Amino acid sequence: MTAISDRDQLSYIAAQAADARVNVELETEGMTLNIGPQHPATHGTLRIVAKLDGEQVIAADPVMGYMHRGYEKLTEVRTYPQVTTLINRIDWVGSFANEVPFILAAEKLMEVEAPPRAQWIRTILFEMSRIANISLFLGDMGLQVGAVTPAFFAFRDREHVLNQIEAVTGGRFHPNFDRIGGLKDDLPAGWITETKRAMKKIRSFCDEIEGLLQGNEIFEARTRGIGVIPADIGLGYGLSGANIRASGVDWDTRRDNPCGLVHDELDWKVWTHVDGDSFARFWVRLQEVRESTKMVDQLLDGLPGGPVMAKVPRIIKVPAGEAYVETENPLGVMGYYIVSKGDLVPYRVKIRSASFNNISITPWLLKGVYVPDIVTILGSLYFILGDIDR
Amino acid sequence: MSRLSSTDTPEETTDAAEAALDGPRNELLARLASQLGDGLVESHLVPGDDLWIRVTRESWAEAAGYLNTGLGFQYFNFLSAIDWMPSPFGRDMDSQVDITLGHDESSEIDASLEHGVAGGETRFQVFARVNDIVNGLGVTVKVDIPDDDLSLVSWTSVYAGANWHERECWEMYGISFDGHPGLRNIYLPSGFEGNPLRKDYPLLARRLKPWPGIVDVEQMPGGDEEESGDDS
Repeated sequence: MTAISDRDQLSYIAAQAADARVNVELETEGMTLNIGPQHPATHGTLRIVAKLDGEQVIAADPVMGYMHRGYEKLTEVRTYPQVTTLINRIDWVGSFANEVPFILAAEKLMEVEAPPRAQWIRTILFEMSRIANISLFLGDMGLQVGAVTPAFFAFRDREHVLNQIEAVTGGRFHPNFDRIGGLKDDLPAGWITETKRAMKKIRSFCDEIEGLLQGNEIFEARTRGIGVIPADIGLGYGLSGANIRASGVDWDTRRDNPCGLVHDELDWKVWTHVDGDSFARFWVRLQEVRESTKMVDQLLDGLPGGPVMAKVPRIIKVPAGEAYVETENPLGVMGYYIVSKGDLVPYRVKIRSASFNNISITPWLLKGVYVPDIVTILGSLYFILGDIDR
Repeated sequence: MSRLSSTDTPEETTDAAEAALDGPRNELLARLASQLGDGLVESHLVPGDDLWIRVTRESWAEAAGYLNTGLGFQYFNFLSAIDWMPSPFGRDMDSQVDITLGHDESSEIDASLEHGVAGGETRFQVFARVNDIVNGLGVTVKVDIPDDDLSLVSWTSVYAGANWHERECWEMYGISFDGHPGLRNIYLPSGFEGNPLRKDYPLLARRLKPWPGIVDVEQMPGGDEEESGDDS
């Protein structure tokens, strides 16, 4: 064994240091990763331009507009009843819920109130849209971390709800069923029993999803502590729905500001979670679906009789004024700010969609996360592209 | 349209429940008035329902700061603008049949500016809504933007969520926001010319091919035998 001379040792260390310097210089060169516009994690055509340092995101810039349809402009040349056809296509997975705040705002300006039965059926369909919408999320969330089975379960069981919505409205995705002053039609015969059966299936679907994902080591590792949103940041960005409730904010417009829907007559609970991470958002939504099925059951039991349409003029002219109505839609708070000049068409409609605000936090939220987590964070924020682009 | 706004709040209704709901809004309005002083131009309060205030352009940033830190309106809801100049194209984009059915000729094109609740003086108005989620209150803040200087102080330093809304507003109305970190196109391709939501921006699709009209009007339930064209 020969002892290394001091001189040899020093030259070895110098060579190592030079190597390290080269490596450091290589590392500092960032990389831009373009996710989308067509990527399975983006639910449509959201594009995210992420600047990376190794595996870490240093800046993320969402690019929208690939599906911008200009609904705010189009509403200005459509009569009030025609507008519902458009706004069905904003959040296309829970379409009926889109119509509700618009119709309520128009009714507020017209000082018309829907008959009790119409209000109850509205609430039923509103909650069923939520179930159909969030079921998809529950399946999709598994898919984001590589679990394929939940997605199939979701599509299978969501069908039961869509069938019931179709039985009433005639449309699986675009019901166009809500009218100023009530609803287009009453429920078909035998619908109540069928719907109760569907709700039972959704509840067992929730149990299945819980069994598959919650406690699953991979799922927990990929979602726990990932994408944490503190409550104050979430409020500043205008996050709503399960996204803000998962950050511990106990706020649900269905309970706190009910207008036109009958949630205040039901026995239900607003679920919150303190963690604010991807898992919390998943968990809150899971509980919300369960809560919604219970609500639908109660609504079906207490359904009042009577007409489903109030007396409204055949040609609808909305009196001059301004009104803003928001409801707790599946994706979060959705509101319509209607400015009317007493005409057949609205003068201006500002559509406050939930996903636009929910996604506006991504530049802040994605900073510093690792590339694979982008997918789970976007999945857990849960947006529908039509709800961002409008 | 009649002028809906008034500087004094409407008389409270006798309904006790409604008055109880209304208390917080009256108090809120009083606190805003004392903080902003002359900055608060006009207000409109619907008891038990909603509150609008209109502030001067100079008080726009102060209003945001006070609402956020002083009054607990931490929730940013939305920001957008209204163009009060009636469309120079009038109703020619609608089917003639529809116009004769439900529209009286007298108010065909009225070029005068008419403002909504809480009044206004200029063509463009920016309005934003913030919420106090603890007490379940919301307030809509409006501000007039003079035609010769379409700019406003950005709210992004107070409400982070205003960022994208201001970008949208800039793109759709051409109102710029001072202090905004990056006014870029959000929906439209960069380099797009024009501001689509202004009333004088024509909706070309409609001008080229007018709306078919009455065939699309669905009859109300309970009326005559209904059968309307359905899009399949």
